[in-house]
Amino acid sequence: MSDVDLRVGTAQPLPEPREITPGLTTGDRVFRFVAAAAAAGVVAILGLVALFLMLEAEPALKVSGFRFLTTFEWNPDGTPAHFGIAALVYGTVVIAVIALVVALPIAVGSALFVNEYAPARLGRPLVALLDLLAAVPSLIYGMWGLYYLQPHLNGPSRWLSDHLGFIPFFHTSRPVFGSSMFIAGLVVGLMVLPIIASVTREVLSQAPRVVCEAALALGGSRWGMIRSVILPFGRSGIVGAAMLGLGRALGETIAIALILAFNFRITAQILAPGGGSVAGLIANNFGEAGDLQRHALVAAGLALFVITLIVNMIARIIVNRTSQGTIEA
Amino acid sequence: MTDIPSADVHIETAVLAPPGPKLFSPGGGFLRAVAVTAWFGRHCIVAGVDMDMPAGSVTSIIGPSGCGKSTFLRTLNRMHELTPSAAMAGEVHLDGVDIYAPGSRPSLMRLRIGMVFQKPNPFPTMSIGENVLSGLKLAGIPCGDKAAMTERCLTRAGLWNEVKDRLNAPAGALSGGQQQRLCIARSLAVSPRVLLMDEPCSALDPSSTMRIEETIREISAQVTVVIVTHNMQQAARVSDYTAFFLADKGEPGRIVEVGPTSELFNAPNDPRTEDYIHGRFG
Amino acid sequence: MAGTVPAPAPPAARKVGPSVGDAVERPLTIAAVVGAAMALLFAVTPLSGLVGWALCTYVGFVLADAFDCYRTDGSVLAKDRVATILVATAGLCTVVPLVLIVAYVVGKGLPGITTSFFTDTLEKVGPTDPATVGGARHAIIGTIEQVGLATALATPLGLLTAVHLAQSRGRLARVTRVLVDAMSGIPSVVAGLFIYTMWVVRFHEGFSGLAAAMSLSVLMLPTVARTAEEVIKLVPGGLRESSLALGAPEWRTTLRIILPAARSGLVTATVLGVSRIAGETAPLLMTAFGSDSVNANPWHGAQSALPLFAFQRVRNAIPTQIARGWAGALVLIVLVLVLFTLARVVAARGRKGLR
Repeated sequence: MSDVDLRVGTAQPLPEPREITPGLTTGDRVFRFVAAAAAAGVVAILGLVALFLMLEAEPALKVSGFRFLTTFEWNPDGTPAHFGIAALVYGTVVIAVIALVVALPIAVGSALFVNEYAPARLGRPLVALLDLLAAVPSLIYGMWGLYYLQPHLNGPSRWLSDHLGFIPFFHTSRPVFGSSMFIAGLVVGLMVLPIIASVTREVLSQAPRVVCEAALALGGSRWGMIRSVILPFGRSGIVGAAMLGLGRALGETIAIALILAFNFRITAQILAPGGGSVAGLIANNFGEAGDLQRHALVAAGLALFVITLIVNMIARIIVNRTSQGTIEA
Repeated sequence: MTDIPSADVHIETAVLAPPGPKLFSPGGGFLRAVAVTAWFGRHCIVAGVDMDMPAGSVTSIIGPSGCGKSTFLRTLNRMHELTPSAAMAGEVHLDGVDIYAPGSRPSLMRLRIGMVFQKPNPFPTMSIGENVLSGLKLAGIPCGDKAAMTERCLTRAGLWNEVKDRLNAPAGALSGGQQQRLCIARSLAVSPRVLLMDEPCSALDPSSTMRIEETIREISAQVTVVIVTHNMQQAARVSDYTAFFLADKGEPGRIVEVGPTSELFNAPNDPRTEDYIHGRFG
Repeated sequence: MAGTVPAPAPPAARKVGPSVGDAVERPLTIAAVVGAAMALLFAVTPLSGLVGWALCTYVGFVLADAFDCYRTDGSVLAKDRVATILVATAGLCTVVPLVLIVAYVVGKGLPGITTSFFTDTLEKVGPTDPATVGGARHAIIGTIEQVGLATALATPLGLLTAVHLAQSRGRLARVTRVLVDAMSGIPSVVAGLFIYTMWVVRFHEGFSGLAAAMSLSVLMLPTVARTAEEVIKLVPGGLRESSLALGAPEWRTTLRIILPAARSGLVTATVLGVSRIAGETAPLLMTAFGSDSVNANPWHGAQSALPLFAFQRVRNAIPTQIARGWAGALVLIVLVLVLFTLARVVAARGRKGLR
């Protein structure tokens, strides 16, 4: 039975593959062209965005030069015109950081809750609720933040300032607690929460079940399994999700425009009134802006565009790399 | 290699008939593979296949898993090249004309060489009747009497009696065997000269299998059938000619022997064929 | 010995795991104790506020529960317990804000919803007029026109791009995919600035509903394109193969077989895109600009829209204006949530159909 001769191959060398023409019909060619034209159109739109922003920002940038990035004042209508987005970049970053600090633990926690803890009947409505949170327009968040959250947070802000004021962040020079970066950060955090949670949930659900079960079979607790298998697996995915949320937080406009009282001091006091973000500035000042101010606002928009583009591309690369990598189980 | 009696009369003078909704042209098409080799990327799947599939006959292709039978079948109607990184060498002649010749249109050629797949896949958004005529609609071929055509094709496929009252029902409601017969009816509607079948019964129950084998026998006078099958007994039941493929470990698949079915099964020339038929490996 | 004895029925399944009662009883006791202790503490010391109490109670509860668990089951299970509580809290934290927000908007906005809200405009409304006079008809018309135009612009372009991305392997497809992803992160204010600089200023077209629609379609495009691409890729490959094997040219296969099979997913992609842009405010500030009267002509002239209406009213100092703003916000959030739920329902039904 074992001496069956299976040798089939002959000594002939293999031939070379031949050229095959795809033989498309005219209809095929037209259709492919139209679809490709659409894709090229999308690329062109992005290019146009960059182009026109640069064109319109140029007059302002010519006036200010590189000091645009380092000046702390915003006074384009004055003489001499003195304006720069340094304070705003600082404000944008601080708000985004607060948003991430608030949103990231909650997002990861709720992603874990949906994936690992919740019974199936709870899990699906929770996911639907998360998506609903993402659908709420940012204007509504801003209005809610301004009218509901701000008065309610007066007490806790005072509490934080009184009890944790030895940390410079929470110190306030005067006991006024409205219109602060803290509140803006909280609201923006709520806004980016669903994005981070959804992406994290997808990433963590791809952790190989085989390895998870092995951790449990070794006698570990559920948290032990999460800590030793799932979180390390999803680490770069979580980073990617956080960066996606960061990208959204950086660009958030309307909520911040509603909540903040714009001043241009750089201050570490997040509980005090003041601060500003690039996007909020644009929204607030656009209506009554004079000529140079409009150019300056466009320049600010261009800077924001570049920053968010970079952050988002890095985020996508990180997230894509996680979902492609698999552990040899 | 055994000599195969072939209808060589078609070779030099054949002109491919224009596609149309007429009933099947007499005799079916004569399909010849000349030194067909196929790759996926750098991996050669099947090499140097020379075989004739005579007009109006049923040819089956048998062999163990992984010897490139399906890949070879897909080179016969230029479906192989749809996979990225696929490549092929050699020629495939339908009635004497190489279907890979530069300038030829694959979509027109596929009206003459049809294919039925292993997994039945009727179009889900269409009804049963719409599925049958979908081939004509997709190719832009006008159809005279739609009802008559639908009935003819479904009868040929052995499905008419079961669905004649519900031609407007969605195709997804049919059983697996019925869906596969619907796919056969659909392929027959465009009047192909050759019908390729890639393990059409492997996912089906025995009674559906039997019905499909009946269909194959009935249409084979007008449509040349080439069927890849895992099931040797099916090959013995249904085909006039059989080809046996084999692949060495790490080597591309090659054709070992081809000949009339009764000769191959009762008195094979090659010892490997004999071993496979008697179940000593496979 | 007539007949056979029927086989005994299989036994009922036994319940495994802790019952609900067990799981809840101990934490409740601990919570009650800690809560009372904290209340006492707060009453006696000059610490302030309900929120403070709640926070301290929570922290105290976690610590006490963990310690109790540590005493009986050891440190590993205690850590597990703490983790469970924290994770459940996180889950709750995602639900509570949504409920709070919707309830608050309904509460503030409902009083302003009168018939006049839908039939009047702000054209002749003065600062002292009560909230029952004047309405948002001009804003509603504006939103409908702008969102409609934006959908008409973005959907064909997005679907065609999706077809290209799903079917082509060339360099254009790869570059486009990366750029579409990048585009989905464009801040809405930048989209508005783009149309402003190009259309309103350079082309001298001025503010209009069309400009607003263009900026909204820039925001809608990436959503539609990427979602549609994913949906098209999900169509089983066997369908494409059967269609090609029947002799259909590629374009007919795409148009007649693949796109119809993906129909419900494509509808979802579009509705998701619409729900995203319906609530956008920032781009409208510099493209539609807003107005107090009806401008039914989207091609020319400043136009209002629901988000703009709400934004501009709410920043007003006058309470009646603010009330109108809240009514507008309520209509807006209802619109967006309805659209969004619609998209999900269509998607779920489509998934069932394709199986």
